[in-house]
Amino acid sequence: MSFLVNLALGLLSGVGLVVSGMSDPAKVLNFLDLFGTWDPSLAFVMGGAVLVAFIGFRLVLRRNQPIAGGSFQLPTRTDIDAHVIVGPAVFGIGWGLGGFCPGPALTALGLGAAGTLAFVPAMIIGMWAARPIAASRSQGLSPRNKRQAT
Amino acid sequence: MIGLVAAPLAMMALTGDAIRQTISPNIPLMVVAGLLVGFGTVWGNGCTSGHGVCGLSRLSLRSLVATVTFMATAFVTVFLVRHVFGG
Repeated sequence: MSFLVNLALGLLSGVGLVVSGMSDPAKVLNFLDLFGTWDPSLAFVMGGAVLVAFIGFRLVLRRNQPIAGGSFQLPTRTDIDAHVIVGPAVFGIGWGLGGFCPGPALTALGLGAAGTLAFVPAMIIGMWAARPIAASRSQGLSPRNKRQAT
Repeated sequence: MIGLVAAPLAMMALTGDAIRQTISPNIPLMVVAGLLVGFGTVWGNGCTSGHGVCGLSRLSLRSLVATVTFMATAFVTVFLVRHVFGG
């Protein structure tokens, strides 16, 4: 049952990414090109997603546990350290070069473009390579603090 | 994840339309971009949806800092690639 729920949620997210244009690197790069062919439409996608999630989180977290079972896993860290600047800075450079971030890249995988097939394995290698850094700083946190949505 | 990957295929099967997508044919560039995105996502504890959508909507200051940072470096990267080094 939970597999089917997860499958449906993945399908919904993927359809959202495709319909909004987030999974088209050309559109993402135009969104990021402030001084050229700027296409602001993805700002509304982002704004809309934040608005829905803002309301959704408030409604959902009134429950004691998720509808599909298990428990809520929420990030609890609020400190600003170097990692939360350096990591996203590196991420932004990659995003600006390729026009892909992780979710849309996975969505694009099924379409089989050569660029995607080069990007996704490299992304997985990058994630794997950064694990020691991420692990070294989560020491001292309780287990429920370690999980964070990406 | 299976759903994410299957979504565009299901859409094409249902609508009969091809999905418009333009990806750089520059394979070394896409490999470097992939490495940076993967590395940065894990290093910074989140990506566009993790920090940008979920974090901001929970009013997390960490996520605000992360989102402003990756938007800034992404803008600068595209500016350099397209307007300084040509493209």
